[in-house]
Amino acid sequence: MGRDDEPVDSMDIDGQKQQQLEALTAVQRGSALTISESTMCSGKLFPYGDFFKWLCYGNDGKHPGCDQSYVGRREFSLTLENDIYLCFQSFDNATELESSIKEKCPFKIDIGPVYSVDPSKHHAYAQSGNNVFVPVERELIFDIDISDYDDVRYCCSGADVCLDCWLLMTIAIKILDTSLRDDFGFNHILWVYSGSRGVHCWVCDSRARKLSNEQRAAIADYFRVYKGGENALKKVSLAGPVLHPFLARSYTDVLRSFFNDKLLLNQQLFASEERCQKILDLIPDKNVASELHGKWQGNRRSSLSKEDVNATRWDQLKTTLQSGKHKTQGLRRCVEEIVFSYTYPRLDMEVSKHMNHLLKAPFCIHPKTGRVCGPIDPNNCDDFDPAAVPTLSQEELESAYNAKLQQSKNSLNS
Amino acid sequence: MEIVRSHRQVAAAAAAAGGGGGAGALPTYKAAPQLEVRLEEFELFAIDRLRVLKGISDGLSRGKRPEEMEKLVSELWKTHMRHQDPAETLNKDIVSHFVLRLVYCRTEELRKWFLSMETTLFRYRFRLESPESQRMLMTEFQLPYKALPHSEFEAVKDKLSQVARSIGQSANVEHVFFKVPFEEVPDLVASRRVFLSKGYAYVAMSQVVSLVVTQFRCNISKALALTNRKWTATIKEQEKDRLTPIVEALSNAYFGPDYSQPKDAVDISLKDIDQLAKSSFPLCMRHMLDKLRENHHLKHGGRMQFGLFLKGAGLKLEDALAFWRAEFSQKIGSERFDKEYAYTIRHNYGKEGKRTDYTPYSCQKIISATPGVGDHHGCPFRHFGEENLRAALNKMGVGGHALEEIMDKVKNRHYQVLYFIAIGLTEQYDIPELTGLSGIMKYTASLHINL
Repeated sequence: MGRDDEPVDSMDIDGQKQQQLEALTAVQRGSALTISESTMCSGKLFPYGDFFKWLCYGNDGKHPGCDQSYVGRREFSLTLENDIYLCFQSFDNATELESSIKEKCPFKIDIGPVYSVDPSKHHAYAQSGNNVFVPVERELIFDIDISDYDDVRYCCSGADVCLDCWLLMTIAIKILDTSLRDDFGFNHILWVYSGSRGVHCWVCDSRARKLSNEQRAAIADYFRVYKGGENALKKVSLAGPVLHPFLARSYTDVLRSFFNDKLLLNQQLFASEERCQKILDLIPDKNVASELHGKWQGNRRSSLSKEDVNATRWDQLKTTLQSGKHKTQGLRRCVEEIVFSYTYPRLDMEVSKHMNHLLKAPFCIHPKTGRVCGPIDPNNCDDFDPAAVPTLSQEELESAYNAKLQQSKNSLNS
Repeated sequence: MEIVRSHRQVAAAAAAAGGGGGAGALPTYKAAPQLEVRLEEFELFAIDRLRVLKGISDGLSRGKRPEEMEKLVSELWKTHMRHQDPAETLNKDIVSHFVLRLVYCRTEELRKWFLSMETTLFRYRFRLESPESQRMLMTEFQLPYKALPHSEFEAVKDKLSQVARSIGQSANVEHVFFKVPFEEVPDLVASRRVFLSKGYAYVAMSQVVSLVVTQFRCNISKALALTNRKWTATIKEQEKDRLTPIVEALSNAYFGPDYSQPKDAVDISLKDIDQLAKSSFPLCMRHMLDKLRENHHLKHGGRMQFGLFLKGAGLKLEDALAFWRAEFSQKIGSERFDKEYAYTIRHNYGKEGKRTDYTPYSCQKIISATPGVGDHHGCPFRHFGEENLRAALNKMGVGGHALEEIMDKVKNRHYQVLYFIAIGLTEQYDIPELTGLSGIMKYTASLHINL
């Protein structure tokens, strides 16, 4: 194309990568229907080739301007039995990765950043103390864990998750995915089920991979609303006369309807004295809070069905706070704050802020649940059901998996 | 920059070489100027600039608001750096900056401090410049951002307005906006003070300061690293009889109030410690005392930070030995204590080894500590997770609005500010809940704390 003296447009390399990502996703989605094609850490079924093609981002020797050393500078970490961690592993091609995995049988693979030099040789560089061994590229990643929402879900706690509280993950995906695309201009975004109780997000745009720690922290802070802490009752504080357009859009497009139409009932947010009190504690005016409390004490004796109680009380609360009758500052905003408290995404900030943070590789099997860490389509995330994710068992390994995997590989290469 | 004993160059050269800045003469220090400087000026200029930087450091520690800082910087500059002849001022400005680069390039801690103060100085001087001067500076920093054309502005006007209102400003006041890749304004993104669309941040003219300052900071940071290499490689040795002693002395110079001769010196004794801890110790020291009492042990970092604090507070060596032995022996026995730990305590008091009489750590040093697993030293406002800090503050009796204000300052990393809050400079803040702590201030003033 007569561009010898120009650097190769990074979009070309990324274009390749996008195709690989989509191919991988297609394989995965197709295989989620039958257990057979699922990926598997300890052996034959992990899509090594495609996985590697993804991580190459086009630096696979077929284009001018590509970097041969790139993929060999990516850090992997393998977790073996008995809590043995093998960090700073690197591989020059898919075959090396495959043989290492087959030999070591890790039950977890984590992906780290691309370093300035081969991570497996990092000891040599650590001595010089001149910051020669540093991360240079890394996807922008997010980790959302349902157990961070334990204070606002009553159906489950800890590692458990059900369709009712999984809604919180759906909300998180919708809000973040929209913002990453509309606000930050990213396009190559992979959402992955973490295998037990959360989701991971991999933003693979070239621009995202080159972000510094400071920039990643800035993005994470942009998304951050909930500020947890044992000693503060009120963890969401939406100051200012109006909301920032991002928060306003999130509220109007996603949070409000999920809260009103689903979570209010699913979680029975007003169905008990304790649960009501938790919400009343978020109201900055104690008089208003006790006025509502008094109203609800009275109503308890009537024979309203459970459904009515939640909707009724929420309506009463909204009316009271938005009536303008009470002049306390922040009262109007309180309605949004309550909704945000119960629905807005809670990110693990540390995961996103540091380039060298390890994150579980997509397409693995979760070591504890046995479930496939497969992709979630953000446009159809409402339909995702964590309980329906296929798991692997030893017997199924033996059967026609290889054949089916071969089948999908063939369709990929054609 | 040529340093000579005698002859002095005309300062006009400074304007040409050091980075103009137009009429306002705010230099950007891009390149070392081709000047000849007298040796005396080398030191004197640097000292005057250092007074400005220390004054800024002090102002930041006291939590001054931006408007107050702007005023402070203006006054400090006028007092220490301004000359009748603007060319002379520029000369001194540039020379002093480059001299201080030599002084402060030599360790990580020094570099961090210098970078922080110079950036702050630049930020407020920039704010004080005229709009034309500011625009010229933007160009100099290669921020090729053109103002948003009218049509584009109209399209996003409502959103820009919304953002302005969301941060407590009036809507529709700013009309000049720049479309900037979001990577360039991380602070504005993090605090949601800009509208974002498709990877671009819409930055108001008033926010441009942030852009410029980020660049400035970046440039100085790189320059410092380079200067350090040059210093280590050649300059230090070359100049060992001339500039090096001056440079080394300058970095230890102290320009704050003289706390070395306490007016009402109080020597604390063993029995006073627990009582004083409740009423007068800063949060970090109180925490370490708690942990020491709980675990009958403190790791090295904690022993140093807390031990030197007690020494500075007037705890005698014999009492110190008794204090640490009483705790440690509960865990490891007094024989082991005497064998393994007593030496270090005597060493801290200058009774062993090179007999240096060590002084307590400054806030700066404490804040930049890196406590690891099992450590309890460092600065709680910096090193505690949010939950633990809130708990610790609650324990001290701080809650409600005051607590939120503190947590907000923590988020913005004004750690030293919080130290001052904790030692009760309550006259400066409307935080009535903290008046009970004002006793600490007098107490701490008697310590050798170099702020």
